[in-house]
Amino acid sequence: MSGAATLKEWTGAALAAPVAWLASIVNVPLKAWQRATGTGGMAAFFLAPNMAIFGIFVLVPLVINFFYSATSGTAYFLQDRSYVGLEQYRRLLDCGSYLDTATCREDLFWKAVHNTGLFVVVQVALMTVVSMITALILNREIAGRSFWRAVFFFPVLLSPVVTGLIWRWILQRQGLLNLIVHDLGGEPYNWLTDRFSAFTAAVSVSVWAHMGFYTLILLAGLQAIPRDLYEAAEMDGTRPARVFWRITLPLLMPNLLVVIVLALIRAVQIFDEVYVLTGGGPGTSTLYVTQYIYEIGFASLLRNPGLASAASILMGLVLVVLTLLQLQVGRRGERKGQRE
Amino acid sequence: MSGVVTFLTRRRGGRGWHWTDVVSWLWLFGGLVIMFGPAVWLVGSSFKTPAQLAVFPPTILPYVSQQAAVEGYDKPLTLYRVKLPDGSTKVLAEARRVGIVAQMVDPQAPNDIVKINIANRQPVREIGFATENYTEPFVHFDFLRYLRNSVFVTVMATLITLLTNSMAAFALSKYKFRGRDLTMLLIVGTLMVPLSVILVPLYSVVGAVGLLDSLWGVILPTVATPTGVFLLRQYMLTIPDELLDAARMDNASEWQIYWRIVLPLAAPALAVLAIFSVVWRWNDFLWPLVVLSRKELYTLQVGLNTYAGQLNVQWHYILAMTVVTMIPVVLVFVFLQRYITSGIAGTGLK
Amino acid sequence: MTKTRTLLAAMSVSLLASTSAFAGDVRIMWYSDGVEGDVIQDLLNRFMKDNPDIHVTLDNVAYKVIQEQLPIQLEAGQGPDIARVTNIKELAQHWLDLRPLLADPKYWDDNFADTLDWMRPDGSKAIPGFMTQLTLTGGFANKTLFEQAGVALPGDKATWDDWINAAAQVAKSQQLPAAFAIDRSGHRISGPNVSYGANYIGSDGKPAKVDDGTKAFVGKLVDWTAKGLMLKDTWVSAAGSTYRAAADDFINAQIPFYYSGSWQVANLSTKIGDSFDWVATGSPCGSAGCSGVKGGAALVAIKYTKNPKDVAKVMEYLAREDVVKEFSERTLFLPAHKGVVAKGGLKWVSTDKNVGPALDKFVKAAGEALPAADALPPWKWANAYFAALVTRVSQVMAGELTLDDAWGKIDQDIADKVAEAK
Repeated sequence: MSGAATLKEWTGAALAAPVAWLASIVNVPLKAWQRATGTGGMAAFFLAPNMAIFGIFVLVPLVINFFYSATSGTAYFLQDRSYVGLEQYRRLLDCGSYLDTATCREDLFWKAVHNTGLFVVVQVALMTVVSMITALILNREIAGRSFWRAVFFFPVLLSPVVTGLIWRWILQRQGLLNLIVHDLGGEPYNWLTDRFSAFTAAVSVSVWAHMGFYTLILLAGLQAIPRDLYEAAEMDGTRPARVFWRITLPLLMPNLLVVIVLALIRAVQIFDEVYVLTGGGPGTSTLYVTQYIYEIGFASLLRNPGLASAASILMGLVLVVLTLLQLQVGRRGERKGQRE
Repeated sequence: MSGVVTFLTRRRGGRGWHWTDVVSWLWLFGGLVIMFGPAVWLVGSSFKTPAQLAVFPPTILPYVSQQAAVEGYDKPLTLYRVKLPDGSTKVLAEARRVGIVAQMVDPQAPNDIVKINIANRQPVREIGFATENYTEPFVHFDFLRYLRNSVFVTVMATLITLLTNSMAAFALSKYKFRGRDLTMLLIVGTLMVPLSVILVPLYSVVGAVGLLDSLWGVILPTVATPTGVFLLRQYMLTIPDELLDAARMDNASEWQIYWRIVLPLAAPALAVLAIFSVVWRWNDFLWPLVVLSRKELYTLQVGLNTYAGQLNVQWHYILAMTVVTMIPVVLVFVFLQRYITSGIAGTGLK
Repeated sequence: MTKTRTLLAAMSVSLLASTSAFAGDVRIMWYSDGVEGDVIQDLLNRFMKDNPDIHVTLDNVAYKVIQEQLPIQLEAGQGPDIARVTNIKELAQHWLDLRPLLADPKYWDDNFADTLDWMRPDGSKAIPGFMTQLTLTGGFANKTLFEQAGVALPGDKATWDDWINAAAQVAKSQQLPAAFAIDRSGHRISGPNVSYGANYIGSDGKPAKVDDGTKAFVGKLVDWTAKGLMLKDTWVSAAGSTYRAAADDFINAQIPFYYSGSWQVANLSTKIGDSFDWVATGSPCGSAGCSGVKGGAALVAIKYTKNPKDVAKVMEYLAREDVVKEFSERTLFLPAHKGVVAKGGLKWVSTDKNVGPALDKFVKAAGEALPAADALPPWKWANAYFAALVTRVSQVMAGELTLDDAWGKIDQDIADKVAEAK
C-alpha cells in the first residue's frame, strides 16, 4: 500500500510540476484581466472556452434541427429540402385519442411515447435505489473496497452493443438462463417474446449497465460528508436509519439530484442496449422514442428526417419541463439541507 | 489465515454482527455474480469459434470436440461417447457419417466399424481456446495505429473536457451574474439531445469548420459535455464560499482561487468525470464513424465494427477485440478511482 | 490561451494535410459479411503490383456505415472513389458513369446486362459498376432431421403448404420448437408473395396497394406463426424494420426448414460443419410460380472522385472475367457476370460436400424467378415496400394489429414515403 502511495506521489509530482508552472504563467495575464474587468469579467473568462465549443457543436446544430422539423423530403441537407411549416408536428400530433395509440396517424410514435414513459418511471426509480444501496455499502469499511467498486463499475466499460448482446444470449429461448432453469428442474421460458418479461429485461439490463456510473457519483458525495458528523451521531446513540435520513440524505442531496437528472435523461434516451436486446419487441412493446427517431431518421428505408427532427424536438420539450421541475424540487431540497 | 478471516469479517464499529453487515455482504456477493458473471462469460466467449458461439444452449467455457489420431485414417477423427445397442457406453471415433448413421471405430481396434444412429452419440468435449480470434485481427487489422488514434482522442478529449468543464462549472457555481440561470438551463436542456438526432446538422457544422476526416473533428464536438458541467457544478456548490472569501482576503487572484482551491477540493468529482470521459471517448462509436472515413484515422471502436456486415456479423472477432479494448479503460479506472477517496483526505479539510 | 489555440489550429491543419488525396490514390469503401474483404485485398494487391502508379486503399467499414453514413457523405458531394453498396438504385444519382472511361464498354453491356438497370436511374445508359455478388432468396432443409423423422423431402414442384406440412411432421417427431423460420425481412417474404401472384408495382411505376397475392401468403404466414409452426422469435422479437436472421436456429437443428438466401451458404458451412446434412431447396411454389427474389451488393464508382481515370482502371480490373471468377470461387458468392455463369465450372473453394450442390441449386433456381420478382431489384420503391411489410406484419404476429388493419397501415406507410420523396 505504501509502495503504491510513493509511486503515486512520484508520478503525481512529475506531472504536477510543469502543469503548476503553466498555471502560474497563465495567472499573470489573467490578473491583469481581472483588474481591468472585475470579477464579472472573470466569470465570462471561465465560461468562454466551454460555451464557445458548446455553441458551435451543440447549439448551432440544435437550431439547424429546428429548421429541419419545418421541412419535408428525404434529402439530408437543409438547402435541398422543402419548407412545410408545422406540417410534421401536425402529423405527429394527429391523434383520435392520445391514450389509444391505434387512433393516431403516427401510431408507432405514440406507442414509443407510452412505452418510454413507463420505462422511465420504473427504470429511474430502480436505478436510484440500487445505486444508493450500493454506494452506501461501498462507503462502509469493507474488506477489498476498491475491488468491489470495480465489480459494480465494470459493466459501464462495456459498449452498449456488447451489453445487449451478452444479455440476449443469456435470455433468449436457448440461452444461459434457460439452461440454468432447466438444470434446476424448471420449465424453460421464452423471456424475450413475452411483453412483461421483455420489459423487465429491458429495465434490468439498462440498470445493470449504468448503475456503476451513478454509484460512483453517489460515492463521491458520501466521501465528502465529514466523518466527524457521523462520529458525533454515533456518540449521541442515534439510530442508523435516523442518521441516514437526517445526515446522509440531506448532505447527499446535490449528488442525488445529479443522479436523478442524469438517470432520467439517459432513460428517456434509452436506445442501444435495448435495441440489441429486444429490438423493440415483442411486437412494439419495448419500442422507445430514440429508436423511433433513429429508425425514421436514418435506418429505416421509410426515412423521413423532417419527422424525426419534429419528434426529437417534442421529446426535448418534454425533457426541458421535466428537468426544470426537478431542479426546482432539488433547489428546495438544497435550501432545506442548508438550513439544517 | 486467522488474520484474513478477521479482516474479511471486520464489522461496522467493531461491535457484533449488525443486520446491515449481513445485508451488505449478501448484496456484494450477489452483485459479484450478477455484475461480473456476464463479463467473465464475455471473456470466455471471446475464445469461442464461430460455430461454438452459435451453439444452443451456450456453454460457459469454450469447448472443442476432442479428436484422436486413428491408425488407417489420414486426419484425426472426432471422438464421441456412444451408447451401444447393449446399453453400455464407450468412447469411439467417427470415421464418417452418412445421413443419420455414423460409422464409428474404436481407436484401439480401428478395423471394426460399428454403425450407430447419430441420436445415440455425444461428442466428447474439452476446453480449447480459439486464440485465432485474437491473433487474426492483429494481422489483418492495423491494431497499433487504431490504438494510437484511440489513445490520442481519449487523452486529448479528457484533458480538454476536464479543463473547460471545470472552468464553466466554477463560474456557474461561484459567481452571480446576469444570465447565469439561463446558461445553466441551456446546458442542462441540451443534456437530453441524443447524438443521433443532431447528427446531420452536426456533420454540416463540422464540415463547415473543416474538421472532417481529422481526429480533432472527433474530439472537439464531444468535449463541452453538459453532463460534466452539471456534475461539477453540483459538486462545487457544496464547497463553502467562506473558503473563497478567505483566499480573496489573502490577495489571491480568481484564477488562483480556481486553480489552487476549487480544483483540489473538487478532486473526487473531477476523478469521476475523468473516468467517465475516458470511458465515453474510448467507446465512442457513432460519431467517429461519421467523421472518419479513412482507415488511417480509425479509432479502435470504428475498426472493430468492420466485422459487422449486412447479413452476418463476425462476433468472434468483435468479442475478442472488445476484450482487448477494455483493458486500458479498466486500468484507467483502477488508477483514477483512488482519487475519489484520496481527494478528500489529501486536502486536509475534513 | 491564444498560444494553445494556434497550436491546436496548427495541429489540425497538419492532420488535414496528411490526409488529402494524391493523384493515383483510389479509395474503396468496403464492407464484409465474411472473407470477401481479405479476398478483394488480395486481388487489389496483385493489381497494384502491375500498376505501381495507382495506389488503392481498401477502407473496411461496418455495413451500418454504408447504409447510414455514406448517403450523407454523398449528398455533401464527398465520399470514397468506389464503394460496395446495397441500396444501389436509390442512390443512383451519385454514381459515376464509367462508359466514356472504359476501354471496352461493350464487355460490360454484354456481361452485366441484367443487373446494370439495378444501379442507374430509369432510362439511363450509364455503366456505374457491377454486382460483386448476386443473391437469390431460397430455402434450406436439414436433410438429416428429415431422415431421422422418416419424412421424405418435398420435391421440386412442392408448394409452401407441402413444405410446411412436411416440416411440421419432422418437428413433431423430433420434438423441435417449430417447423420453419423466415428471416425477419420484407425482401425475404417478397419471393413467396410473388409466387402467390403479388405485384408491388402499379401501372404508373409507383407502389401499388397491397394485393391479393401478398394477402394470400402473408395470411398463411401469420396463421403458421399463430399455430406455432413458424418460429415466433425471429419476427416477434423486434420492432420496426430491424433485420433478424433465423440462421442460428437452423444451425442448431431447431428447425428443419429455413427460408433465407444464397448468401447463407458460406455461413451455414462454417457453423454447421459435420453436425448434419443440409440442402438448398430453391423456393417452394405458390399459385403463380416458385419464385425467389434477387438482390446483392454492387461495386460502384462515385461521381465525386478526383481520379476518374484511375477509378476506371481499378473497376476494369475487378470486373475482368478471371478476376470475377476467382472472387466468386473464393467467397462462395454467386457471380453476376454472364460469361462466368455461361461457362460454368466454378470451382467453389470449400471442402464441405454440402456447399457445391447448394450453390448450384441456387444458380438453377435463379431461372425460376417470376417477372414480378425480377422487376423488384431495379425498382426505386422496393425497399420502402419491404420496410412497411416487415414493420406491420410483425405487429400482427405479436397480436398488436389485425391483418385487416395492417393492410391499411402498410398502404399508408408507403404512401407517406412516396409523398415525402416528391
